[in-house]
Amino acid sequence: MSPYFITLIVNNQRYVLEIGNRPGGVKPSHTLAHTLRENLGLTGTKVGCNKGECGACTVLLEGKPVLSCLVLTVECDGKSITTIEGLEDSQTGKLDPIQQSFLESGAFQCGFCTPGMIMSVKALLSSSSSPTDEEIREALSGHYCRCISHYHVLEAVTRALHKSR
Amino acid sequence: MEKEFRFIGKETPRKDAGEIVRGKAKFIDDLKLTGMLYGKILRSPHPHALIKEIDASRAKKIDGVKAVLTYKEIPGWRAGLPSHIGVLDRKVRFVGDAVALVAAETEEIAEEALELIDVHYEPLQAVYDVEEAMKPGALQLYTQFPGNVFPLACPWMGPNSLQEVVMGDVEKGFAESDIIVEGTCTYENIPNPLPLESPGVIASWEGPEELTVWSSSQCPYLLKVTLHYAMGRINVRSIAAHCGGSFGTKVMPWHLVFYAAALAKAARKPVKLCYTKAEHFAAFTLRLGSRFSGRVGIKKDGSVMAVSGDWFINAGFCSDAAQGMVAVGCGEVQLMVRCANWNIKPKLVCTNRNASKMVRGYGGQELEAAFIPVLTMALEKAGLDPFEFFKKNYVKPGDGYYWRDGNWWVCRGINYEKVMEKGAEVFGWKDKWKGWLKPTSVSGTKRTGVGVGMHGNADVGEDVSEAYVRLDPDATAVIYSCVSEHGTGQRSSLCKMVAEVLKLPVERISMAPPDSLVNPYEFGPVGSRGTYAIGSAVIRAAEDARQKLLEKSAPLLDTRPEELDTEDGMIFIKGRNDKKIPWKAGIGFDRTCFGYGRFEPDFTVPNFMMIFVEVEVDTETGKIDLRRVVAATDVGQVIDSQSLTNQLHGCLGSAGLDSAIFEESVLDKKLGRILNPNMLDYKWRTFLELPAFDTVILETPFQTHLFKSIGVGEIVTSPAPPAVLMAVSNAIGKRLAEYPLTPDKILRALGKVKENKARSTQ
Repeated sequence: MSPYFITLIVNNQRYVLEIGNRPGGVKPSHTLAHTLRENLGLTGTKVGCNKGECGACTVLLEGKPVLSCLVLTVECDGKSITTIEGLEDSQTGKLDPIQQSFLESGAFQCGFCTPGMIMSVKALLSSSSSPTDEEIREALSGHYCRCISHYHVLEAVTRALHKSR
Repeated sequence: MEKEFRFIGKETPRKDAGEIVRGKAKFIDDLKLTGMLYGKILRSPHPHALIKEIDASRAKKIDGVKAVLTYKEIPGWRAGLPSHIGVLDRKVRFVGDAVALVAAETEEIAEEALELIDVHYEPLQAVYDVEEAMKPGALQLYTQFPGNVFPLACPWMGPNSLQEVVMGDVEKGFAESDIIVEGTCTYENIPNPLPLESPGVIASWEGPEELTVWSSSQCPYLLKVTLHYAMGRINVRSIAAHCGGSFGTKVMPWHLVFYAAALAKAARKPVKLCYTKAEHFAAFTLRLGSRFSGRVGIKKDGSVMAVSGDWFINAGFCSDAAQGMVAVGCGEVQLMVRCANWNIKPKLVCTNRNASKMVRGYGGQELEAAFIPVLTMALEKAGLDPFEFFKKNYVKPGDGYYWRDGNWWVCRGINYEKVMEKGAEVFGWKDKWKGWLKPTSVSGTKRTGVGVGMHGNADVGEDVSEAYVRLDPDATAVIYSCVSEHGTGQRSSLCKMVAEVLKLPVERISMAPPDSLVNPYEFGPVGSRGTYAIGSAVIRAAEDARQKLLEKSAPLLDTRPEELDTEDGMIFIKGRNDKKIPWKAGIGFDRTCFGYGRFEPDFTVPNFMMIFVEVEVDTETGKIDLRRVVAATDVGQVIDSQSLTNQLHGCLGSAGLDSAIFEESVLDKKLGRILNPNMLDYKWRTFLELPAFDTVILETPFQTHLFKSIGVGEIVTSPAPPAVLMAVSNAIGKRLAEYPLTPDKILRALGKVKENKARSTQ
């Protein structure tokens, strides 16, 4: 049987991956989170529960936030994906304003939930320039943070909104 | 008073902030070693059983499987307090107990192999309740612990570790009391601290007796020491990754290391073992089960005259630190309430469920959550305001208490009354408190109520810390202190402290990685000891290095060292600007300058935290809405305000406040299974249900610290559960005595559903 390939555009870079059991290949059962972390080395995407319950693995698929532990890689053929590593300016290393706001607001403690939260905020602010407080909380409601950095995260989102104005 | 600090208390981003927001911080599951295998564990479906037969031959034949281990072929390592747990045992003691281990080239292959291990069990009777477990005739989990009761000695806390609260003459105290109450309260919902990152380790043998361990431990050096003794005095190098939340649970994950190291030894390859969330729920760390049953006598003015009772502690299937938690809990209850006559007798019991181990709150939260609701029955009878009661009765400078080592210590901390008053004012306590079992307001079916909680801890100065500070000729400094970053920003705060001592920008201070090979002895950032204990060791190391630098520089500036100062990498004569030399001249271009610092335990400086809560209860549905929280404490001097407020908000997480409302590991007492081992059925507070949260922070100088500071993070969760129980009881006008306050319990208390077997102190 001839090999079968899929293409992923991750953080504006094109990856061609072989489907199958060979080392380095993508199995049909592999999740996007697994492929990003294990095949592409993009470990900024965190896996908390691996069952779609905690929000940690959130990435953008065609600009929309998805739980990458619930998406199969083979479903993403030809699609564009943004991970936390793709937010900063690839030329200058300058942080995305949302990353910068999280940094300035100290919007994390252990930091394990942070990449997922930043991706959800990125999606929210890309689709709405002036979300209400309720909309911000709703957008973040699927993210589990056990240290309770929520209050500083809300401050960071407000800070990012001010920056964008 | 004008603050003279250049870095302390100033808002600067955490040193690792860039890594975290970029997704570059490396957590344990982000690490890979060449040739590394993946470990998986076959777990028991029975709460108590003997393995009659086990056959792993089919599993061993799978391509990619490199090692399969059962109890027949494991090393004889043992851990627990006292030592009672091996790597695997022929007997399993809870649903989820490890039965066999597999290492394979991928996780998928390892999982496949687990399914091919054939086990034949002989099920045994299981026991889940502490008092049932102690009855004659109950099946014994361990032959060496008759009655399923663990001995309470905790040798690492000293030869006389605190095992009870016994002093004075309780009968005399009760005779002198105006009011005596008796009751029982249970905090036995065994909530799960559940950091987002599940625990994980990588084990790699460098030689027959040389093991390197990477882990998500909060205390890498302590893990090295624990493993050294548990694994036959081998030489362990312990390295910590970024820790994705711990709350005490990842202090010393020796059991994960046992599994990974046994597999690594058998396979002759490094092995990574990361728990799934289901394993994290079912087979890692729960809070202790706590039941207090006893009497309290007080005077009408709120003086506590006598306390006596039984404290039943459910440790689950094993204990590795519960004795330490009993000791600290026995100390902390005395910090909260001064009383001359005590007789609290703890019983630490093993049962057939997942283990309760170290968790933030560390014994005091568990004891006080069950004790305070009994104590406050007396306040109700006397018509006393609980805020005034706590303010009057907590330990003040000059008062004494028995601490965990069994010794009597006298408080030389500060007075917290000012911050309590301030907290009450911000919360509006005086307006909102309407008396016992009286709601603050009623609107249709909704009733609001308020409660207050208080907790103190003298472990802020526990245990030993050592540190080195190295000064380099290029005017940079390196801290060697074996502290991993687990969310408190401690590594950054240590850099700030050294920056202040050396008057050198924080950017010029860095920290050696948390690796036991590189760093000196460090107990770790637990019990709010980061600021006082670890901080003081690091400060002393920086001062020592600075002194040596000035001594070397003095001859070059024709003066004595005490006339010199250093700032921004230059050395100069104090008050003069004309003669300066750079560090490079003072140290020498091809030398470094090294300082050493050590902190010895000091139990005389407790910290305290007061929490006020307001809840709204829907008497139609029984649902509780947490409306407002005020956390009030005095930290002496803020080191880093963002880290501090983040830590205080943490009161809502890590099996803290919400363990009073909805957090619960639901144990099926027929099958022994935890019924909600996932993040949908285990409830957690989302962004949509955040209460208004105010922090009230005062800065009354502590003379015990160079920067007059004290740590506070660990104690934040502890005062909250009984405060919530008080608030809800007041809202609905019924006294409650069983956590968590799920709608069924509220409706039962209101007589809206039939009385089941709920316990009540009334």
